Amino acid sequence: MPFFGKRKYSTGKAKKRDIPDGMWLKCPACTEIIFKRELDAAFGVCPKCEHHFQIDRRMRISLLSEENSFQEWDTDLRSIDSLNFTGLEAYTTKLEENIKKTGEKDAVSCGEAMMGGHRIALGVMDFKFLGASMGSVVGEKITRMFERATEEKLPVLMSCTSGGARMYEGMLSLMQMAKTSGAIARHSQASLPYISLLTHPTMAGVMASFATLGDVIIAEPGALIGFAGARVIKETTQQDLPEGFQKAEFLLEHGLIDMVVPRNELKGEIVKLLDYMNGSSRDQGQ
Amino acid sequence: MPGYTLPFEKPIIELEEKLKELESFSETQDIDVSLEIERMQEKIEETRRKVYSELTPWQKVQVARHPLRPYTSDYIEDIATDFVELHGDRLHADDRAIIGGMATIDSHRVMILGTQKGRDTKANLECNFGCAYPEGYRKALRLMKMANKFRIPIVTLIDTPGAFPGVESEERHIAEAIAVNLREMFTLSVPIIVAVIGEGGSGGALGIGVGDRILVLEHAYYSVISPEGCAAILWKDRAFADKASEALRLTANDLIEFGLADEVVPEPFGGAHANREEMSATLKKHLIKHLKAVSKISPDQLLQKRYEKFRAMGLFASGPEGKQKKPEPKAKEPETTQDEGESTQIPESEKQTKDKA
Ligand SMILES: [Zn+2]
Repeated sequence: MPFFGKRKYSTGKAKKRDIPDGMWLKCPACTEIIFKRELDAAFGVCPKCEHHFQIDRRMRISLLSEENSFQEWDTDLRSIDSLNFTGLEAYTTKLEENIKKTGEKDAVSCGEAMMGGHRIALGVMDFKFLGASMGSVVGEKITRMFERATEEKLPVLMSCTSGGARMYEGMLSLMQMAKTSGAIARHSQASLPYISLLTHPTMAGVMASFATLGDVIIAEPGALIGFAGARVIKETTQQDLPEGFQKAEFLLEHGLIDMVVPRNELKGEIVKLLDYMNGSSRDQGQ
Repeated sequence: MPGYTLPFEKPIIELEEKLKELESFSETQDIDVSLEIERMQEKIEETRRKVYSELTPWQKVQVARHPLRPYTSDYIEDIATDFVELHGDRLHADDRAIIGGMATIDSHRVMILGTQKGRDTKANLECNFGCAYPEGYRKALRLMKMANKFRIPIVTLIDTPGAFPGVESEERHIAEAIAVNLREMFTLSVPIIVAVIGEGGSGGALGIGVGDRILVLEHAYYSVISPEGCAAILWKDRAFADKASEALRLTANDLIEFGLADEVVPEPFGGAHANREEMSATLKKHLIKHLKAVSKISPDQLLQKRYEKFRAMGLFASGPEGKQKKPEPKAKEPETTQDEGESTQIPESEKQTKDKA
């Protein structure tokens, strides 16, 4: 699929795909009116209050990797309705809608990219596609990426976001948690670095598998990160939720993540980490 | 069992009441109705058989949640001897929702652990209705690592509605605890036999569910989300749990069909709760059969096969033709019946390995 490899990115600027249509929009955090082009140029960070908007995978890839360096792997994988899932809406209909809406085949893109002189394996999840839920395709692509990275001695950077497992695929989706974790075990045993980047929101089955298995876990400011949803917790326990519950800053305080890094500093911080963690293989390459 | 009658068990209960009437009639009136009593007993058995052979997925979920269904501690009591319970995660607490320790099953020394439910309010307060906190999963991992150190096979029993959704659970990182178990269970080179004995509630079940053999009791279920939760999201109403149960393909047979489990362990007629003794004996036989088979595999091969087993899970299309990836044809083990002997079935794939070795 050369289409993905040849995909063009505007120089140093983000693709404007995730942000609603129209010239102007209102920031939900500071309620200021922002010029859309300005927001795109800042990779979805509000120029007034630094609120981090969700961005799609193509913008994320251009944020993290050297220009045009991303080569996507396993682009031919497509989801199928194995269960003949019959809810109010059929899974096949949902898939078609999301493929049309995003121009992508499923919720994750994996491949290789250059980042600060490091050749890395890069996986990027995209909330726009069915809430970046994990079904067989997402699990398979991430597993293949870790396997190939292990084989080719590459560090992995996984940019995570997800509502959780993809219900429409039933137990096939739950088992992707085990499958991806198994591939990470092998990558880890080969002493290769894995950096997990948690973006808004990263929840449930994805959190309870590859998202929390990074050697280093980074989160974007204000990102919602957790296992169970706030509503479920409230209903089950009748508890009041603490201030800032399940936010990136809350998790830093409670010891789950290594750092909260604003989007415009992400690439620099990750390259610094790679310089330490990926030192030996980089030296060998030079 | 007043109060515990499942809706679809009503015909059975009605017949049982009629039987009681007949019996008391024969006592008080001194008339011989032994023939009628015998017929009634046959009819009850027939009805029970019929009801339990035609359970819908939602009915199976209800059987799996039956409060008189045998729990992990019951099986440990029935199946194992010399159980030495071990406590705590060495970090925070001893979670009573996951219990475990060393035990002997016939001649097999094992580390046995599982999610534990309570039969009454007091017990449920202690074990949190079988919903483990992070410390439960971390205790499980501590025990499994110990088993690996002393080369003792691991048996895990799964019966949980799910990991506990609470503030403390999140503060101590329930997601991380489960994820670490998933990763580490791929690195333990002793045999791991997993049995879903009741409810297989999503990630909370999978957190002790990576192994070399996955057994599922006939009326147990294993699901990515509770039927009620799925109904609330996709049907906008929890009352559609029966529809969701069907759509989710969560029964033991569904798991076999999709290549996600190895064997269905048959239950007594009327479900595990109708005859605990028989259920325990059956489960024991199946556990021993698989322990024997898996113990013959070298540690390296075991890890490789465990990886391949989970690696093959998932269904999708690939290639330009839209070709669908079919599940690996499963090494068919014969339908296990209750009176099967001790014969050890080695699946084809392992026979080949043995030949190579
Ligand atoms: Zn703003």
